[in-house]
Amino acid sequence: MQQSNGYIITFSIILTVVLGLLLSGTSQVLGPIQKKAEDLDNKKQILGAVMAPEELKALKPEEVLAYYESRIASKVVDIEGKEVEQDTEGNPIVAETVNVGKNYKKAPADRLYPVFIYHEEGNEDAAISYILPVYGAGLWDEIWGYVALQTDLNTIEGVTFSHKGETPGLGARITENGVQARYQGKKIFDDNGELQAVIMQKGEGKDYDGEEHKVDGLSGATITANGVNDMLKNYIGHYKPYLEKRKSGSSTGVAVLN
Amino acid sequence: MSTETAQVEEVKKPTEALLSKRRKKLVSDPLVDDNPITIQVLGICSALAVTTQMQPTLVMAISVIFVIVMANLTISLLRNTIPSRVRIIVQLAVVATLVTLVNEVLKAFAYDMYKELSVFVGLIITNCIVMGRLEAFALGNKPYDAILDGFGSALGYSWIILAVAFFRELLGSGSVFGVQVYDGISGLFGGEFSLATNGLMVSPVGAFIILGLIIWVQRTKTGYVEH
Repeated sequence: MQQSNGYIITFSIILTVVLGLLLSGTSQVLGPIQKKAEDLDNKKQILGAVMAPEELKALKPEEVLAYYESRIASKVVDIEGKEVEQDTEGNPIVAETVNVGKNYKKAPADRLYPVFIYHEEGNEDAAISYILPVYGAGLWDEIWGYVALQTDLNTIEGVTFSHKGETPGLGARITENGVQARYQGKKIFDDNGELQAVIMQKGEGKDYDGEEHKVDGLSGATITANGVNDMLKNYIGHYKPYLEKRKSGSSTGVAVLN
Repeated sequence: MSTETAQVEEVKKPTEALLSKRRKKLVSDPLVDDNPITIQVLGICSALAVTTQMQPTLVMAISVIFVIVMANLTISLLRNTIPSRVRIIVQLAVVATLVTLVNEVLKAFAYDMYKELSVFVGLIITNCIVMGRLEAFALGNKPYDAILDGFGSALGYSWIILAVAFFRELLGSGSVFGVQVYDGISGLFGGEFSLATNGLMVSPVGAFIILGLIIWVQRTKTGYVEH
């Protein structure tokens, strides 16, 4: 049966409207739940830098949020290490909502740099470690993570890395606990206070126990490893002014964006 | 009166059993004899991409079952109203909507799975099995039959990708559903003994090999020859 053009057009319009309504309705209903899931995932990643993976896994979603609430304080700093509390329109900035990936597209000087402070329960001044987000490019797509520094602002307490599309079994291994554990106890500054970061070496299977700025590499994933190296060096570099201010004990001050 | 004759005919026609022989065949045929992956060789891309581990594969299988059954049902219900000149785009719109729904639900209730699978779930749209069933069956059959047909094809797809995932996870990561099997076996024999995982199985090449072996075994047993 050959339908008329009018019928086809009417049918298409009705179908489009019905499907469109269905989709936008679902998105409306599920939107808040999705936001919560994203938020939880984000906080889990932050906590992952300072907590053992098994410990974190054992927590229920509400427990993760409660733990985060009681143990993590956050602030946002700019490239000079000054605290930023409001955006140009005077709205308060919350570190958890700062999208590091989006900020990465801006010039380093214009980016916002969130800092998450892991502290003793109920006492925000008794910091245990400082968790800094890092972001960069792997072989295929973006890679990101969090680096937790001890109170000397030099020794790495722990790291967590994530990636979007690295090769499974090769570059994707940066998410493995065993690989991330290699960073523990390494140092990011040398004795002269210069930023050395931690460099993943080429090849795998060597012991870099005594070397403060080197970790064992990923066999077959040199480009991803280089991406991780660049990410750490660049991003921690942007935090250097903040870390130095923090170390010298001077107040970080409040920056005014204009 | 045309309406009257139609009614008379309906009474004469004996109603078909809910699970008659023909209907059972709709579900069972695609499982082995006319399997979408091993016989029709459709939907290979996703069979290769998601099967490194059992858990995401299971989620993928459930998603595909949902999408095929619902798409078959929708198209079958609309089969007399869909203008034949735009039927492909109508099918595509329905499938795309269902896939987006699955993706949104995963994002809300299984965020970890969403992170891992969202790319592949999106690709269900291009899974030839879905469009194939809509075009070949749902457009010309009643809703209930269309549901059975879609369910059969989706099950045929699901058990193959689950089988591939089982071998890939076991041999590639030494685990099943995330439970370490190799470590347990090694533990039985003491510290010196350990099983090595095969990195090849983690890469898509491993899926090709396993899939090839499954097809080989199946065709040897059924005697199926490509014409």
